[in-house]
Amino acid sequence: MTMLNSAIRSGAASSVQTVAAAFGAFLLGAFILFGVGFAQPQAIHDAAHDGRHSFAFPCH
Amino acid sequence: MTLFRRLFVAALVAGVLSGTAASVVQRVTTVPLILEAERYEVVTTSPPVAPTQLTPAAPAHAGHDGAGHAAHPAPVRELGEAVPETAEEAFQRLWLTVATNLLVGIGYALLVAGAMLLVRAPVDARRGLVWGLGGFIAFALAPATGLPPELPGMGGAELEARQIWWLAAAFCATAGLFAVAFARNRLVVAAGVVVAALPHLVGAPHPESAAGAVPPEMAARFAVLSLGTAALFWALLGSACGAMMQRVLGRPDEEA
Repeated sequence: MTMLNSAIRSGAASSVQTVAAAFGAFLLGAFILFGVGFAQPQAIHDAAHDGRHSFAFPCH
Repeated sequence: MTLFRRLFVAALVAGVLSGTAASVVQRVTTVPLILEAERYEVVTTSPPVAPTQLTPAAPAHAGHDGAGHAAHPAPVRELGEAVPETAEEAFQRLWLTVATNLLVGIGYALLVAGAMLLVRAPVDARRGLVWGLGGFIAFALAPATGLPPELPGMGGAELEARQIWWLAAAFCATAGLFAVAFARNRLVVAAGVVVAALPHLVGAPHPESAAGAVPPEMAARFAVLSLGTAALFWALLGSACGAMMQRVLGRPDEEA
């Protein structure tokens, strides 16, 4: 119980802040992954080519 | 905002760590096969240089191609355009791949760290390993069961359809895993299982005839190596996220 309290106190201050931070992370993470794994402009495709194949993103 | 910053730093560390490890392992597993497969890729698209020189069937023609080095007697495979020929090209390709892997690591780590924050279950390096297993199932295994990891030069359905199916498989598997792991209500668990199975029931897009140029043995080896590398990557990523998020959530390591 004390552990739970300390977690709430020192960790995520408010639930609004927690949710905002988590969704910020989701958005940024999804944006990065889309750019690296899925975006099709030739330059991005070429640069990310070997990584895409290795991670088994559909590449071309 | 400071919470987001701490989350970001945690994901950054975990992503860089796992992305670096993946780069090292890929260097000896998947990348050599990709380079090898690109030799087949060129043949399937169009003969790159000098179609005229193929017409005289003289056994020992010493004609000069534009590419200089590629004057093989038999008209077979030429190096693909992208296959590095100089050390400089090879180095550039290497660092671009490393950068890609780091970004993949950071991107996935952001998703995992955000989810850890929302779920609020206690995490540490060992529990993070279970999260990593979940990530591997959702983002590597589930998509790969419909769309096996593909080499350059392999036949495939239209790219956009495959990308959409890949995303659907990953997303549905994620939803299913969360339902199974955290839902209290059995109906929700059951719904999660159904959702996870849905893309596989619909089926991944495949071409009408499988007419790839890559030898099947090579494709099989690549599929296994790609999944194996992904497993290592995810184990490290999950574990590192767990360790880093333990600090962010401010939890001293007593039992839960």
